[in-house]
Amino acid sequence: MSQEIWHRLIKNKGAVIGMTFLALLVIAAVVSPFIFDYEKDVINQNLAIKLQAPSAQHWFGTDEYGRDLFARVMYGSRYSIAISVGSVGFGLIVGTILGSIAGFYGGYWDSIIMRGVDIFYSIPNILKAVVIVSMLGTSTFNLIIALAVSCATNYARIVRASVMTIRDLEYVESSYAMGLPTWKIILKHILPNCLSPIIVQTTLLIGTTIIAASSLSFLGIGVPAPAPEWGALLSGGRSYIRIASHICIIPGLAIMFTVLALNLLGDGLRDALDPKLKK
Amino acid sequence: MELVLDIKDLVVHYETEDADVAAVNGISLAIGKKRTLGLVGETGAGKTTTALSIMNLVPDPPGVIKNGSITLAGNDVLAMNDEQLEAMRGNDVAMIFQDPMTALNPVMTVGEQIAESLELHQNMTPEEALEKAKEMLKLVGIAETRAYDYPHQFSGGMKQRVVIAIALACSPKLLIADEPTTALDVTIQAQVLELMKDLINNRDMAMLLITHSLGVVAEVCDDMAVMYAGRIVEKGTVDDVFNNMRHPYTEGLFNSLPNLKEQGEMLEPIKGLMPDPADLPPGCAFAPRCPYATEACTAAVPELESVDGSATHFVACQAYSRPGFALRRNKDGK
Repeated sequence: MSQEIWHRLIKNKGAVIGMTFLALLVIAAVVSPFIFDYEKDVINQNLAIKLQAPSAQHWFGTDEYGRDLFARVMYGSRYSIAISVGSVGFGLIVGTILGSIAGFYGGYWDSIIMRGVDIFYSIPNILKAVVIVSMLGTSTFNLIIALAVSCATNYARIVRASVMTIRDLEYVESSYAMGLPTWKIILKHILPNCLSPIIVQTTLLIGTTIIAASSLSFLGIGVPAPAPEWGALLSGGRSYIRIASHICIIPGLAIMFTVLALNLLGDGLRDALDPKLKK
Repeated sequence: MELVLDIKDLVVHYETEDADVAAVNGISLAIGKKRTLGLVGETGAGKTTTALSIMNLVPDPPGVIKNGSITLAGNDVLAMNDEQLEAMRGNDVAMIFQDPMTALNPVMTVGEQIAESLELHQNMTPEEALEKAKEMLKLVGIAETRAYDYPHQFSGGMKQRVVIAIALACSPKLLIADEPTTALDVTIQAQVLELMKDLINNRDMAMLLITHSLGVVAEVCDDMAVMYAGRIVEKGTVDDVFNNMRHPYTEGLFNSLPNLKEQGEMLEPIKGLMPDPADLPPGCAFAPRCPYATEACTAAVPELESVDGSATHFVACQAYSRPGFALRRNKDGK
């Protein structure tokens, strides 16, 4: 079955482009510490060569302190990937647990959990993250926590809806009749059947989380300076946009292509996992 | 006769905020070893609720088992705690559900699904269980190699065979089949019934077969009970009820079947609808639809009484207290 899905996925051009870009991004994140020395290449300032346009020596040019932008953007992918995967993963675990309890048991549990989720959901993501980060203090880990809260509410809603439709199906009833304990039924029979909306949501959420993380860094409450997070790069370059626009354009493009690739992959996965679209 | 299942005076209600639905109102049933009992009745008569009560699986809330006792293989089901119930379900008693299309988990191979209850109840390792699962597949007429396939790769009839294999894997003492052939077409129905009959005879099992098809009962069952509005109105051996029926409702059921001997004759459906179980009429629940009903019928709920002193055949109808009363079908000698 998974083979079939894979075949349908690689027939989708957008999904292949997205996957290729993401694979390159992951490779960049993995190899950048071996190519660049963090102290020397990424954060070391050299004002003599500040604000240089892209050239053979500095592929993406240099920033306002003379740091090589190529090294910083490459290195920055590590932050973006770590933050987005970390907070989406964290949100996935918490949201799935909350959503399956609410969906499976219904009644009071459902009301209590879902009204809590609704309250969090009603606050704009950025505002919520700003509040949480200012409460906990600025650090990469706290940023992950702040973004994970939004992810968790998303997952809780999706998982609850899927669990509610699946828990009344006959194979769940028959697993009761087989004598399976409830926790096993949820883990083995219900959650695996909710997997496709979860997978699709994950690809889309990683994209929005990268944007949210960048926005927070842009506002100055994300990853602390001088770490080369993409949003921070964008924010740093904003005063030089007239004389050295590449400082803004290049990290902006990095964010844009990453999110675009994730969305392409998400759309492809959604089509591949939906048996109704089978040709 | 050794009894596998003995239900006494079972009462199950569904209590919601708006209504108290009397789904099962004091039924008593017994199934002996190697016997097959057919439970017949319209939709909503309480057949499935009875079956779920046997496993103590009535959805609660809103379902409440208010009264009665259920003894399964010598153990009182209603007194068991959760652990004992889990150990009993699937091992002593197994259930086959109505719709094979949705009764299998689409993301697990059928081999895994058969192996699951074996691992759970027979303490088998996953490898042993898978081997046994393949044996079970062979037993129901599916090639062993298909154990690694997913449910969507099977046809409806084959899925029902897999469901049967799952139910029989642990050799339960009682098999409950809740309309096992309703979702299948007629030729596949015959195959599946034949298969179930064989397997049960070979394994010394008892079966409770829930159906609304009298044809299926005649084909498979030894005994039968006719349910109406949560009560048993007539029970006996299949021969008793088919050839010597006593209850007006049973007569109505048979009158709604086409007659092979007199083709072209109009069918005589039972007039009206089954009463709302949240608001049952007083006395005999069938009285408002019964062509023989008198005022006496609404006075009290009739008890099951032996027909002409028979040890197997019982009917719950007040009319037999009138001298000389007989059903039209019996009078005409059809």
